[in-house]
This record gives sequence, C-alpha cells and structure tokens, in this order.
Amino acid sequence: MDRFLGLPDLASEHGARLDYATELVHWLMFALFIIWGALFVFILFRFRQGRNPKASYKGLQSHLSSYGEVAVAVFEVVLLLGFSIPLYSERVDDVPDQSEAVVVRVIAEQFAWNSHYPGPDGIFGDTRPELIDVESNPIGLDRESEGAADDVTTVNQLHLPVDKPAVIRLSSKDVIHSFFILAMRVKQDAIPGMEFPLWFVPTVTTNEMREKYGDDFNYEIGCSQLCGLGHYRMRGFATIHSQADFDAWMEEEQSYLGGEDEDEFWG
Amino acid sequence: MSDHEHEHHEELSFWRKYVFSTDHKVIGIQYTVTALFFLFFGFCLMMLMRWQLAFPGKALPIIGALFGADRMPDGIMLPEFYNQLGAMHGTIMVFMGVVPLAVGGFGNFVVPLQIGAPDMTFPRLNMLSYWCYFVGGVIMFASFFVPGGAAQSGWTSYPPLSDIAPSGQTWWLMGMMALIFSSLLGAINFITTIIQLRAPGLTFFRFPFFVWAQFVTSFLLLLAFPPLQAASFFQLMDRVFGTSFFMPEGLVISGQLSEATGGGSPILWQHLFWFLAHPEVYVLILPALGIVAEVIANNTRRPLWGYKSMVYSLIFLGFMSFIVWAHHMFLTGMGSAMSAFFQTTTMIISIPSVIILTALILSLWGGSIRFTTPMLFALAFLPMFGIGGLTGLPLGLASTDIHLHDTYYVIGHFHYVVAPGTLFAMFAGIYYWYPKATGRKMSDFLGKLHFWPSLIFMNGIFMPMMIQGLAGMQRRLYDGGEIYAHTQTALHWHKVISISAWGLALAQIPFIINFFASLRKPKTAGDNPWHSTTLEWAAPSPPPHGNFTELPTVYRAAYEYSHPDHDEDYLPQFQADAQAKPAAATP
Repeated sequence: MDRFLGLPDLASEHGARLDYATELVHWLMFALFIIWGALFVFILFRFRQGRNPKASYKGLQSHLSSYGEVAVAVFEVVLLLGFSIPLYSERVDDVPDQSEAVVVRVIAEQFAWNSHYPGPDGIFGDTRPELIDVESNPIGLDRESEGAADDVTTVNQLHLPVDKPAVIRLSSKDVIHSFFILAMRVKQDAIPGMEFPLWFVPTVTTNEMREKYGDDFNYEIGCSQLCGLGHYRMRGFATIHSQADFDAWMEEEQSYLGGEDEDEFWG
Repeated sequence: MSDHEHEHHEELSFWRKYVFSTDHKVIGIQYTVTALFFLFFGFCLMMLMRWQLAFPGKALPIIGALFGADRMPDGIMLPEFYNQLGAMHGTIMVFMGVVPLAVGGFGNFVVPLQIGAPDMTFPRLNMLSYWCYFVGGVIMFASFFVPGGAAQSGWTSYPPLSDIAPSGQTWWLMGMMALIFSSLLGAINFITTIIQLRAPGLTFFRFPFFVWAQFVTSFLLLLAFPPLQAASFFQLMDRVFGTSFFMPEGLVISGQLSEATGGGSPILWQHLFWFLAHPEVYVLILPALGIVAEVIANNTRRPLWGYKSMVYSLIFLGFMSFIVWAHHMFLTGMGSAMSAFFQTTTMIISIPSVIILTALILSLWGGSIRFTTPMLFALAFLPMFGIGGLTGLPLGLASTDIHLHDTYYVIGHFHYVVAPGTLFAMFAGIYYWYPKATGRKMSDFLGKLHFWPSLIFMNGIFMPMMIQGLAGMQRRLYDGGEIYAHTQTALHWHKVISISAWGLALAQIPFIINFFASLRKPKTAGDNPWHSTTLEWAAPSPPPHGNFTELPTVYRAAYEYSHPDHDEDYLPQFQADAQAKPAAATP
C-alpha cells in the first residue's frame, strides 16, 4: 500500500507507524468509496427511467445502511484510540530529556533555518533580538552569557547523529514558518514569540542514503507555511551522521570558536 | 403630457426595480450574476497561477505583457504577484463567489418562494445586504491596483506576515468587513423569514430540505462571522494604528527590530479565523446538499429516503461545525489533550455527513431516474463530495496530518468538496431553477456539453493533487516545488493539472452561451416544468412582485412523488386533495 500511495522514503523510528496509520485510513477510504460507488452505479443502472418507469413511493425498506454507518463509526474509533491519539500524544508529550537526546534550537527566519547547538557544556547561551546581525550573528547569541562560549550556530545546515533522539526546539524570528524533514515524518509550525519542541530518532545516515541514491542525496528541510516572497526557496539541509562523525563535526566546529575573533576563520 | 409623466415614472421605477430593488427575486438574481462574475474572475487568477506552476519562470505568451512590469515583467510572473493571485483566488472564490451564490443567490431567490412568502421579512435589509457585498467586492477588486498590489498572505491572512504585508492587506481587511456585514444582515433576514413568513400549513417537517439547509446555514453565518469581524478589526488596528493584537515582542524582520510593542499572539488570529472558517466550510456545503436533495427527489420521482434523519443530521452537523476548528491548527504546537479533543470532534462530524450522503444515494433506490442536466450535476456531486469528505479523514487525524499538512493533498481535499462538490450543485441549481426565474428552460444539449467535460477536467485537476500531496509536495510554492528533491517524482503532474484547468475553462463556454442565449427563447416553460411538488412551482414563471397570485396553503410533506393513492406521479404541497383520499393528506 505504501508503494501504491507513493509515500516518500522513510528514515525515522516513529515514521513507520505514522505511515501505517496513513495506509490504514486510505484502505478505509478506498473500501468505502468502492462500496458506495458500486452501489451508486448499480442503482443508476437498475432504476433508470427506461427500466423502471414507475417509481416506488416507499423505496428501500432495508435499514442495512445503519449498520454501515455504525461500522464507519467503529472504524473511526479504532483509528482514533488505536492510532492517532497515542501516536500524536507521543510526539508532543514524550519529548526525551536532554540527557538522552541531542537538543538543537532551530530559529526560522525569512528565508533560512538557523540552528543553535549548546556545545559540549549542554547549556544554551542567551539570545537577544537586539544583538541580531544578519551577517555575523543571525540569532542574536550573547557570547558573554552563561554557557554561550562553546555554542555553535549554523545556517541551513542541521547536523544530527543517527539512532539517537533529536529534539528540535523550534521558534521563529519574524513570521510563521513550518519546519519539516520529509523522510523523518516531522512537521511543525515555527511561531514567533513561542518555542515548541519536536522530536524524532533518525535511523538512516546521509552516507547510507548516498550509497543508495548517489552522492547528490541530502535530507532536505523545507518550509510548508507561506512566509513571504521567498517561501518557495526556504530550503535547508540535514545531515545525519554516525555518532563518531557527529562528534568529529562538533569538535571541528568547536575549533573554529577558539579565538576571540570568529572572523579569523572566515579569513 | 400624461404619457411623458408616465415615462418618467417608469424610468424611476427601472432603478427601483432592477438596481436598488427590495424584491427578493431581483436581489437573488443580482447576487447570482455578481457571484458568477467573481467565480469566473477567481478562476482566471488560478489559470494564471497554473501557467507559472506548469512552466515556472517561462514568459506567458501573448497576454503576459499586459500585466505590467511590477507583476509580470516580460511576461514572467514575480513571486509577489503569484502570492497575490493565490490569496485573492481563495478569498474571491469563498467569500465573493460560492457563499454569495449559494446563500445570497439561491437562498434569496428560492427560500421565500419555497415557504410561500411574498418576500423576505426585511426587504430593505436584504437590499443593504447585497450592496454591502457589492462594496466589499469592489474594494477587493480595486486592491489589485494599489501600491504593492493586493493581499498576498494567503486567504487565511496569518499574522505576523499579514501584519507587515503591503497596503493591499488593509484593503483586504476592509473588504472582508463589508462582506461580513453583508452575510450577517442576510443571515438575520433568512432566520426571521423562515420562522415568520411560512405559508399556512407549512410546519418545519414539511420544509423542503433546501429550506432546512438555508436555515441551518444562516445560524452558522450569524454565529461564526462575528469573531472574524472582530479579528479583522484587530488586524486592521495592528496595521494602521500600531497595536499588537497579533504581534509578539522582539520580532526581527529583515534584520530590523520590529517597532511593535508586542504582547500579542499570532495564534489568536488563527483561532478567531478558523472559528469562522470551519463553519464556513459547512456554509459552502449545506446549501449545496439542499439543492442536490431537491433535484434528486424531483428526478427520481419519489420522496427523499430518510428525510427526518437527514434533517437531524443537518442540525447536528451545524452544531458540531463550531467545535472542530482547531483541526486546522494541529501543527501549531498543540498539546495532546487539545488535539485529542479536536480529532474526536472531527471524527464525530463525519458521521452526520455520512448519514446525509448515504440517504441521498439510497433515495435513488426505487426511483424512476431521469438524467436531466440538473440531475447529472446533482448525481456527480455525490461521489465528488464523497471523495472530498473521505480525504478529510487523514487530515482530521493529527497523526496522519503531520505528513499531509500544508501539502497539495489539502488543496485536493477541499477543492473536491467545493469545486466538483458545491459548484456542481450550484450548476444543478441554476439549470433547475432557471425556468422559474426566467420562464424559459436552458438547452439540455448544451447542458450535457457543459457537464461531461467539466466532470472529466475537474478530476484531472484535483486527483493528481492527492498524488502530489502524498509525495509531500508543499502548497503555495511559487515555482511549484522545483528546487526540492522530494517533489521530483510528482512535479510532472503540474502540467496535467494546468492543462485540465484550462480545459475546464473551455468547458464553461457552453454554459455561458446557454445562460445568455436561453434568455432569448420564448417563455414556454410554464409554472411547473419539472412536475415538482414544492411551493416555488405554485407561482407563475417568472413570479411577479409579491410572488403568488394568491398565497398558497400547504397540505402535505415536501416530496410526495409517486404517491400510491394519486394518479399523477407528483402531488404538490400546495394542491388541495383533488383525487387523493382524504386520509393521505396528513404526512
């Protein structure tokens, strides 16, 4: 069924259950449509004026349709209680603790995705809007604040380790955006003035995907909420590393922070 | 001399009769014609967008240059113009097309006739309602020509984007406020008319289903629109007077710290907007169900199956439509308790919809089905609305919504409800009541030439959107999603959709010809050309001022077709028992 539906590649732990729910709903939809459709076509054929010149005042006497309606209701209850409510609750209620997850703040703006890592100390430095500088400090990080010295920020590049829960604390600088990584089956609005977490466990590294699809492959971060003129090109990339590669990447980023002057790195 | 005076009098009465009329039939026709114009206009906006989606960045041949350098330089569409077209297509189709047609047009023309009333309770309020709509329409239309162009933040106008948008958004808000006034005035009028001006003997359960649909719709309009009126006013204040109803503090827009004092919430707008806009979906669909029920009863020649359960479902649907709105907002960081509530209400609301749809299909059972043009449109409505309803399921469940939210799947879903759904029902209504309004029947041949290609092209447009949506393609992308890797498998469907859309436009030509050319035919339709049972067919065609030559009395339920004790296959509500046994009179 998932092939038939054309659902895209999957690379997260919870995604399979979401896809399963999607398939199940579509089975129900197809079944209902076929049953209704077949009945409909049969009736049109059977009771056309040419074949049935005198209409029946009483019409259908059976109340079988009530059973059909009850069946639909039962199926919906199963979908709700068995799948949708638990699955969705898990997304919003069971956000893993920082001790067992990689936590990243993602701050959306017209038209880019900024990532903010707390660094080895695990403490996010403060951000203040008045410190924002489009070129050098897009999220307004206050390097003087507690725990900020080792913080890492990137633009349109999200790096995460495989097989470990990733918690994205999502917010926006300006208007509403919507963050999604298709293969992870996550999507959530980034709303200015608010911060909400979303989480997932990536299961396939970028390199594994590249072996399958060629070196051009990248996990894409897209925007799915109209956010202005550049909405259509608000695209970032996510790289899923092995844990070792992720640590190496973080270490490399740290090395750029060493000097007082970050500009050294940029030459 | 007296002749001259007489002419002068006639000249005055032309304005009173055809322009500033208080006659519900004239107002209904005014609404219908204006709404059809806006539907066509909104469709044109979409056809322009479909060019850009099928051929991104390519110059639109011939007419492209007409749009000017600030919209389409060298015929190539700019993103700002694309976003204007998108926002205005939605606004126009919903608020200036379908609702005015379904409620203002059909409701105004048909309801007083169907309940045996000489006019609406408040004829002047009725006139005011049309002119508010007209003014709102003019404001919306004019907004394309203000600096920066029309509104471009989507028909949903989510702040902060809409708060910081160019001046077209201010015009959009003022236009909306006029349109909302119009709907509120209309709703009050319908409710009082339906309750107060019923013909003797017309009890509520003798109502034609269409009257019930308009009655429930009026309550939805009356109770759901005021929050959006308030929200529009708040947004206007935000934009013009610098308040911060929807603006949080500390926004940095294009590198500049926002001057808004802050303290507001963008989510507040979404709640207020969807508190209207979900009932609005039922405002779009209920009158359509009403028309389909009328046409089906008439063309099967038998009573509706399960009329009472349909009515109860309708009332329940109307009530439930007020408590499902936040299913549009599952991905705004909603907690699990809230989402569980709204998922549950959304599943519950599907049940009465299923009951009504099933009842309509089963009404066909035992009928003697005539495939007239209105019947074809009414029949096609059933599976099309069915697809629209069914595709609502995975969107109404928060878990499956994660993947499908804001994709083309959503567009496909709601267009199945309102385009081959509601609009087909509207066409059915036009073909069905045209003889009543004009005294002339429309051509059946042209009607069928309109129907079949429309049905095919409608599906050619909206079915591929489901495929695109399942592949994950987002909505509202200026280039159709060209740059994304995940869209590549579904990108080619854009061309199929666009060609179908242009084909759909061609398929409307027979309708336009039919609509106008039929006016030149002789008035031979007669009072009751479809051999129908409801009260509007008791009046002359077209009905004079005051509607009925003598006010009708109602003797029985609305759809007494093929009654076993009656020789003819229809027994009108207004006919005193001529041949039937007296006992059969009470329903």
